[in-house]
Amino acid sequence: MESEIVRRPKASERFETYSWLYMRVSGPLLMLMALTHFGIMHLYYGVGHIDFTVVAARYRTPFWRIYDLVMVLLAVTHGMNGAKMILDDYLHPRGWRTAVLCLVWAIGFIFLVMGGFTILTFGVK
Amino acid sequence: MRYKMEEGEVAWILHRVTGAGVAAFLLLHIFDISLIGWGPGLFDKLLFFYRARAFRVMEVFLLAGVLFHALNGIRIILIDFWPAAAGFQKKLLYGEVALFTVAFIPAAYLMLR
Repeated sequence: MESEIVRRPKASERFETYSWLYMRVSGPLLMLMALTHFGIMHLYYGVGHIDFTVVAARYRTPFWRIYDLVMVLLAVTHGMNGAKMILDDYLHPRGWRTAVLCLVWAIGFIFLVMGGFTILTFGVK
Repeated sequence: MRYKMEEGEVAWILHRVTGAGVAAFLLLHIFDISLIGWGPGLFDKLLFFYRARAFRVMEVFLLAGVLFHALNGIRIILIDFWPAAAGFQKKLLYGEVALFTVAFIPAAYLMLR
């Protein structure tokens, strides 16, 4: 019994711990970054005033490109990890769980590449 | 059978719903911004979508979702890492609702005016 309690966690259990911790590290960072982003774009500029020129002006400074890149990376991984947590609660058949989980991460990867490509290649000819 | 839902359970459900909603918007937003790579012609032409009345209202829902998810997330972190916080978790929840109201109402007003 005792060895059962003090045994080393299996790799899959360690992953669950990191997944739990990751939400608590990326969450507050996203709160600061996303709410700042929302405030600038929706309250300072306003959706009625944002157009190509506004985005182009922002992306002339590397600061906003790096900011957006970090935010996209944190947001997509936080969101996909959240989707995984919901799946863990509601989808139990092993095969289905694996299939939907693969789909979730595939979608996350595709949108991560899409976002990164947009931010890094904008205006670079 | 009678079942009374506690405030914390409502917050738990809302955390999931807002998380899923914000994640769905995130994917849409990554897609729409990717259109900027095709130049000002296409991007500016499609902006009518975001400027439509219905979408302006959706935008306020987005703010509500992000704000609730963020504040509730902070409450979850406090309870996880600060053992004493579990003793006054209801007070934390009421504080969260108060903060949400104070931040959301003026922002929603500014966005819809």
